[in-house]
Amino acid sequence: MAASALAQDLTSRELLKPPADMWPTYNGDYSGQRFSPLSQINDKNVHQLSLVWASRFTGAAADRVVIKSTPLLVNGILYFTSPNNVWAVDARSGQELWHYHYPPNSGSTIGNRGVGIYGHWLYFESPDSHLVSLDARTGAERWKVEIADPKLDYTSTVAPVVIGNHIVVGIGGDHLDNPGFLQARDPETGALQWKWNTTPRKGEPGIETWPDEYAAAHGTGQPWMPGTYDPEQNLYIVGTGNPNPVMAEQSRKGDNLYTCSIVALNPDTGKLQWYFQVSPHDTHDWDAAETPVLFDGVINGEKRKLVAQASRNGYFFVLDRTTGKRIVSTPYIETLNWAKGVNEKGQPIPDPAKVPKPDGVLVSPSSNGATNWPAPSFSPQTGLFYVGTSRSWSMYYLTDTDERPEGWAGLDNTVGNYGNALLALDYHTGKVVWRHDWFGGNGVVSNLSTAGNLLFTSNQLNLIAFQAATGKILWHASLMAAPSAGPISYMLDGRQYVVVAAGDGLYCFALNDPAP
Amino acid sequence: MMRDIRIAAAAMIFVYSPICLLAQKKPEAASPAAIAGSKEDPQAVERGAKAYAANCAGCHGPKARGNVGAPDLIRSLLVLDDEKGILIGPVIRNGRPDAGMPKLNLTEQQISDIVAWLHVQTYAADHRTTYEFLDVLTGDAKKGEVYFNANCAGCHSAAGDLRGIGKRYDPFTLQGRWLQPRGGGRGARGGEAVQTSKRAAITVTVTLGSGQTVSGELVRLDDFNVALRDAAGDYHSYTRRGDNPKVEVHDPLKAHTDLLSKYTDADIHNVTAYLASLK
Repeated sequence: MAASALAQDLTSRELLKPPADMWPTYNGDYSGQRFSPLSQINDKNVHQLSLVWASRFTGAAADRVVIKSTPLLVNGILYFTSPNNVWAVDARSGQELWHYHYPPNSGSTIGNRGVGIYGHWLYFESPDSHLVSLDARTGAERWKVEIADPKLDYTSTVAPVVIGNHIVVGIGGDHLDNPGFLQARDPETGALQWKWNTTPRKGEPGIETWPDEYAAAHGTGQPWMPGTYDPEQNLYIVGTGNPNPVMAEQSRKGDNLYTCSIVALNPDTGKLQWYFQVSPHDTHDWDAAETPVLFDGVINGEKRKLVAQASRNGYFFVLDRTTGKRIVSTPYIETLNWAKGVNEKGQPIPDPAKVPKPDGVLVSPSSNGATNWPAPSFSPQTGLFYVGTSRSWSMYYLTDTDERPEGWAGLDNTVGNYGNALLALDYHTGKVVWRHDWFGGNGVVSNLSTAGNLLFTSNQLNLIAFQAATGKILWHASLMAAPSAGPISYMLDGRQYVVVAAGDGLYCFALNDPAP
Repeated sequence: MMRDIRIAAAAMIFVYSPICLLAQKKPEAASPAAIAGSKEDPQAVERGAKAYAANCAGCHGPKARGNVGAPDLIRSLLVLDDEKGILIGPVIRNGRPDAGMPKLNLTEQQISDIVAWLHVQTYAADHRTTYEFLDVLTGDAKKGEVYFNANCAGCHSAAGDLRGIGKRYDPFTLQGRWLQPRGGGRGARGGEAVQTSKRAAITVTVTLGSGQTVSGELVRLDDFNVALRDAAGDYHSYTRRGDNPKVEVHDPLKAHTDLLSKYTDADIHNVTAYLASLK
C-alpha cells in the first residue's frame, strides 16, 4: 500500500479526538454530545448562512430514499446511508462518488443510522441483519457476515461503533419475541469477538426479574441505536430496547432486566459493568435506545463524570457514569401520567392502572414516546441539554389476553397532543431553562450545538439556528423535505460547513465569502 | 440459505405429559387481515384450524403457543423457516420419536392445511396491524350520561348531532373518534387521519401592522410563515417575524384535547358505553 494512502486512513487517534475536518462517528465523537467546537459560524453572523450545495440521491428502483443516517466526514468525503444503500459524496461539491446497493431482501426498511469507519473500511448493517464491510475508496464489498437471523424478524438499523479492535453492532426488531443482544466483530474479518445478551440466561444475575428463563430468553430488549464510549474508563454505554411481548405483561411479571436500561459494558470483553433501568417492566414500547450523552460536570461543587439521557418514557436521567447511580431523574413533559413517582434508586414506578387493557387506558406519552431516536445535544459551553419532545396521548389496548401472548400483543391509538417543543434542560436539575413550542410538525427532531453559541434543529421543512444560551431564533432555511437526521458541522479549507440530511437529499451551508 | 436442522430440532424437544392428552377441540380463528396478509388460501386455513385443533392443540396449545412439555410453534425456528411445508411436513409425518412426539397419521391435504394455518399464526403475531381489538364496552352507560351532560353537552346533544352515533361506528372506532375526532382510527403509532366535518377546521386570524385582520381556514403555520384560505376561497400568505403579524389560531376541537388530562379511564369507558347506546 502506498504511504500516501496510509496517511489517509482513519485511526483510533482520530476516533478518540476528531480533528476539525472530520466527523468520523455517528455522533461526531464518542461522547454523544453532538457539540461542535467550531465557532466560525456563530450567533453574530449566522444570519448570513447560505446554501453551498444541495444534492438528491436515488436508491435502487424499489427504494424510497429517506436518509435517517448522520453522515460521516473523513478526508473530505461524506458517507451516509438509507436502508440497503450507502453513498460517498465529495463534501466540497456534493457530487456522488459511488453508490453501494445491498441486494433485495426481506428485512424491514424502517431506517438506517449510518456507517462506521476504520482504516479505509466502512461498516454497514443491512435490513436483513448482515454486517457489511465496504472499501471506502470504491464502495466495493469486502465481506459480509450474518449477525442475526432475519426470518426471526430481526432487523438492523444501527450505525456500527468502532472501538479499538472492535466493531460493536446492535440489532432491532420486536415483533416476534426474539432474543436481544449486542455483538463485537473483528474489523478485518467480521468474526464474532463477543456477544452480550440483553436479557439474562439461566443462573445469571437479573434472571430473578423474570418469571422463568423462557420469558427472559424471549424478552427481546434490542439495542437498536449506536451507543457512546468513555475511553478513560473503557466503557461502552448504550440503551437497550423494550421487553417483549411489547404491551402484554401477563407472561413477564417482574422488572425484566436488562430491557429499557442504560448499560455500560467493557468493549474488550462484553462484560456488564453497571446498569440503570429507566423503565422497569415497560408495557408501552418505551425503549431506552435514546443516546446516552457523556460529559463531565459539577454537581454540588464536585466534579463528576456523568451520563445523561432524555428517555422515551418522558424522564430525564443524569447518572454518575463510573457507577450508574442516579443523580437526576425527573419528568420533562408534564402530561406524563403512567408513573407513581420514582423509587429510592431514581427509577420511575409504573402505575399498574396504566398497563394496556382490552378496553383501553389513556396514557401520555404515546408509544412513539416523549422523545425518540433523533439526536439530543449537550453543549459544554451553555451547560444545557437540548432535546426535541412531544406531549402525545394514546389509548393503549391489550389485544392478546392469552397466558402466552406473542409479539406486540397490543396497540395504541394516539388521541391528541399537548404540543411539540424543543427543550433546553439544566443537567443539574432537569429543569427547563428555555423552551420553544412548535405549532405543527414533528417535535422529536435531531439537534447540534456549536461553540458559536448556536443550536441547529428543525421544524417541518425548516433547518433552524437558535442562540443556544437563550432560545432566540437567529436563522432558518426551508428545505425540500423535512430534515430527517442530525445536522453535522466540520471545517474544510478554512471554512466551516453545516450539513443536514432531509428526505432524499443532503444540504450544505456555510457563510458566504467576503466580496472579492 | 441452509440452516442447521439440529438447532431447530433441539428447540422442539419436549416430553409427553398427561396434559397433552386433554384434547382441545375448538378451532382457533385467525383475523381476516392476517389470512389476507399471509397470502394463504382461506379455505385451507379454515380446514387447517380444525385439523390442528383435533390433532396438535392437545400438546401445543390451542394457539400453537406451546404447553407443558410441548414447544411454542410460533417461536419455532423450524416453523419460521418453513416454506410450503418443506420443513414442517416431515415432522408431522414422522414425528420426533426421540423427543416424544408421535407420528401422526394425517393425509397430505391435512398436513398442508395445518401448515397454512400455522403460517397464518406466525404472520398474525408478527404483524400488529392485523390485531383485532377486544371488547371496549365495559363502562356504565348511566354514569357516562351523567359525565356527558356535565362535560360535553355544551357543544353536543344526544338528540342532535350525536343522534344514532351508536349505529354509525363500532364501539372501538367510536371510542377513538369521540376522544379525538381528528384522529382516533386504528393504528400502532397514531391513528389514520379521518374525515372531520367543516366545523372542526382550524381557523386563524392574522392582524397586520396596519390593524387590518384577515381570517380563514389555516393552510400552514410555522415560525416563519402563515397561510390561510378565506371565506371567498382566496389564498393569503404572510411572512412572520416574531409576533409580527399577530397570529391567533382557533381549534374548535381544543376542548377534546383539553379533556385528555382530566378523564379517568372509567370516565372514558362510561362515555363510550353511553354513546354506543345512542342507536
